[in-house]
Amino acid sequence: MKNHIYETDALIAQDIDAYLASHQNKSLLRFITCGSVDDGKSTLIGRLLYDSKMIFEDQLAQLEADSKKVGTQGQEIDFALLVDGLAAEREQGITIDVAYRFFATEKRKFIVADTPGHEQYTRNMVTGASTAELAVILIDARKGVLTQTRRHSYLCHLLGIKNIVLAVNKMDLVDYNQARFDAIVAEYTEFANSIGITAFTAIPMSGFKGDNIASHSDATNWYRGPTLMAHLEDIDVDQDTGAAQEFRMPVQWVNRPNLDFRGFSGKIAAGTIKPGHKVRILPSGKTSHVDRIVTFDGDLDSATADQSVTLTLKDEVDCSRGQVITAANAPLEVADQFETTLIWMDEEALTPGRSYYLKIGAQTISATVSEPKYQININTMEHAAAKTLELNAIGVANITTDRDIPFAPYAENRTLGGFILINKMTNATVGAGLINFALRRAQNIHWQATDITREHHANLKNQKPAVLWMTGLSGSGKSTIANAVETQLARMNRHTFLLDGDNVRHGLNKDLGFTDADRIENIRRVGEVAKLMTDAGLIVITAFISPFKSERQMVRDMVAPGDFVEVFVDTPLSVAEERDVKGLYAKARTGELKNFTGIDSPYECPENAEIYIDTSEMTPEEAASHIVQKLLNKT
Amino acid sequence: MNNKLTHLSNLEAEAIEIMREVVAEAENPVMLYSVGKDSAVMLHLAKKAFYPSPPPFPLMHVDTTWKFQAMYKLRDKAAKDAGMQLIVHQNLEAKEKGINPFDHGALHTDMWKTEGLKQALDKHGFDAAFGGARRDEEKSRAKERVFSFRTAQHRWEPKAQRPELWSLYNARKAKGESMRVFPLSNWTELDIWQYIHLEEIEIVPLYFAAPRPTVERDGLILMVDDDRFPLEPDEEPVMRSIRFRTLGCYPLTGAVQSEAATLTEVIQEMLLSTTSERQGRAIDNDQGASMEIKKQQGYF
Repeated sequence: MKNHIYETDALIAQDIDAYLASHQNKSLLRFITCGSVDDGKSTLIGRLLYDSKMIFEDQLAQLEADSKKVGTQGQEIDFALLVDGLAAEREQGITIDVAYRFFATEKRKFIVADTPGHEQYTRNMVTGASTAELAVILIDARKGVLTQTRRHSYLCHLLGIKNIVLAVNKMDLVDYNQARFDAIVAEYTEFANSIGITAFTAIPMSGFKGDNIASHSDATNWYRGPTLMAHLEDIDVDQDTGAAQEFRMPVQWVNRPNLDFRGFSGKIAAGTIKPGHKVRILPSGKTSHVDRIVTFDGDLDSATADQSVTLTLKDEVDCSRGQVITAANAPLEVADQFETTLIWMDEEALTPGRSYYLKIGAQTISATVSEPKYQININTMEHAAAKTLELNAIGVANITTDRDIPFAPYAENRTLGGFILINKMTNATVGAGLINFALRRAQNIHWQATDITREHHANLKNQKPAVLWMTGLSGSGKSTIANAVETQLARMNRHTFLLDGDNVRHGLNKDLGFTDADRIENIRRVGEVAKLMTDAGLIVITAFISPFKSERQMVRDMVAPGDFVEVFVDTPLSVAEERDVKGLYAKARTGELKNFTGIDSPYECPENAEIYIDTSEMTPEEAASHIVQKLLNKT
Repeated sequence: MNNKLTHLSNLEAEAIEIMREVVAEAENPVMLYSVGKDSAVMLHLAKKAFYPSPPPFPLMHVDTTWKFQAMYKLRDKAAKDAGMQLIVHQNLEAKEKGINPFDHGALHTDMWKTEGLKQALDKHGFDAAFGGARRDEEKSRAKERVFSFRTAQHRWEPKAQRPELWSLYNARKAKGESMRVFPLSNWTELDIWQYIHLEEIEIVPLYFAAPRPTVERDGLILMVDDDRFPLEPDEEPVMRSIRFRTLGCYPLTGAVQSEAATLTEVIQEMLLSTTSERQGRAIDNDQGASMEIKKQQGYF
């Protein structure tokens, strides 16, 4: 291994203190390598580690043994084996996940996101690109610009990577031919310009032979540019950091060790802050001045983007996790409707209209995604109509959040414009999104404050509003029970209103069918109507199959806390089917009726319904009395 | 370099952000503390993350009873200095059965460490546990998330990991499920040493060379740390100037012969060294992907 001695070895040996002092001042560069196994990506990374002396003797011994056993380079060292980590990946010879690698040179420390290149791993590449400041896009010199080159370039550009290196690899296999290199660069330039990449650096190299990686190759005398290593060491990525922007810090945690100290902890997303600066807290809009910048190592005179600090303010203002402290005279925009670019990352496709958790900055809120405006073909960049987004699909769709959030367009700031979507049932991260801009609608619709409040309406009726939400299979008896409940409540002088599934579909929702998306929209509208009615002080009774947990949860979240009372009307499928009052099950069984709950569309049973009705144990009248009893006891 | 932070201040800020995120999102977090140099750095970062509050979670040491005496000493002192509660968990079943590294090999690690850790997490109902693992340590760690989801059975599913973009960590989970969180994911061994040097963090003296009683077995230099060490009839402990690059159970941790008695000398030796850090660990050498299998089973 000693043939790759670090030049600094001498310094380390002679003056370790001087070495440490110089190493402390290294900067950090995060970059991503894009390409497939065939392009020699893993070999390149292995070579970077090897050339920067990050491979130790024991690892090298293991590598030599592995290379002979499973390597693809004959008796030579197969550097790819160094980086293809998971056992399954080694067997299949592919890289299926994002792996992070580390190496350092005299000038910089590097974190490399090593991601797979195939289209079915787009989500992995997007993940790796999300934190990268530079991308190395590999091209096999024999093959030139391929579909995947275009895809990788597009994704890197989409995720906001401004520094692109076009690594024209395997030059040894085209006899280091300059004309070949020039032709590839010309072809790539044309493509790059077409998608908005204005500058890139092209380097001819061979990861396998080591040409132009750490040192200039004699075989490419015609090439005057930097080696890959030199380029990575010298490139200035500071222009991308947020230090020059206005101050923004999402509050992660409120630090309250005692009554005398209240600090707001977070990592600065952009700009610089000093004690005395005037700040505005969003979305509330309250202002104050920074008193101290507190750290373990003492108070700071100034703090800037990417530092984790704790701020104290001069005034006692409300501020909690998820809010953003900004420069007072240049606050962020606040909105609740956005046009976004989404990257779908889950096996289960996007369901437009469904409520997902959206995490942005330090806050998690509820959001719904509209039907996509279009999907982007990531190989040709063409737009195509889409009803949903499947795994690895990228599209543009509007998003509505359940409250106002401060944000910046992603192109301006990754922290304030990038978000993830989380499935409320499985807690899986199902998508990533980039805010493009706020929709004007959101800024123009303001809540109208009314003099007669919700409480006022309810007090006049001498009751507490509620939504009795009956859910169950078709034919379970929901409508019958709902009717009986309303009759009993009316006799007790309660002001009620019954929203029936079938009736609503004759008017308000007559434009909706029975696809999953339409079912969700059906429930959403009913939820909104129920909410208005509870605001008017009414007890609302609904009878909808409402088969999906997440939509019932959506309505629960929509109405005031405590208003939603879920009533699970439980009837075995066999019993409901036997009753078949409307003859629907028969039609569903013959296939005449599609997407029928219980037959070819699922019913997700409530797990913690406030009221449970077993129709095999109770008559509709008994069930109604039970529900009324429970409701009135509750209020 | 203009306003850009150094790589260490970047790593520090990232680790602090991760820790604050856990405290904000988890119900009952804990910091696993192994008394090694990585744990020392992690604890130091925790003090920084929440200052002036003390770190709002306890420290927990999953003890095997076979750690070096010097480690136990520093453990108790470090917890006290940080003003944190220290939970020490020992697997009672392993204790009763007398499981030890001399007679039981892999079973020792499995029962004391893997099972011990699961027991401890279940017993206290911790839903998030900080660990000091780094991605540069081993190949399967290179792909693990910072927020690493565990099933209710503590299993890691390498193929079903959540995508982790930007610094948006998804900490949501159902009851019984948990998170292992690795704030030092992006640190390397050199970063750790450099930070210890820069911040003057106290570490176990065993990292520095000193004459210590040793025997040589299967190519490893082992330290005879107490009289539980069963010597072969012809074996006699020899005084050698040694130090350790990692610290675990003393019968399983190989020492290196060294004269590096100060921190800078240790760093100097490490930089000029030609073997990787985990080479001294008997645990990794069994089979090609042994760490990946252990992790799936719940090992940290």
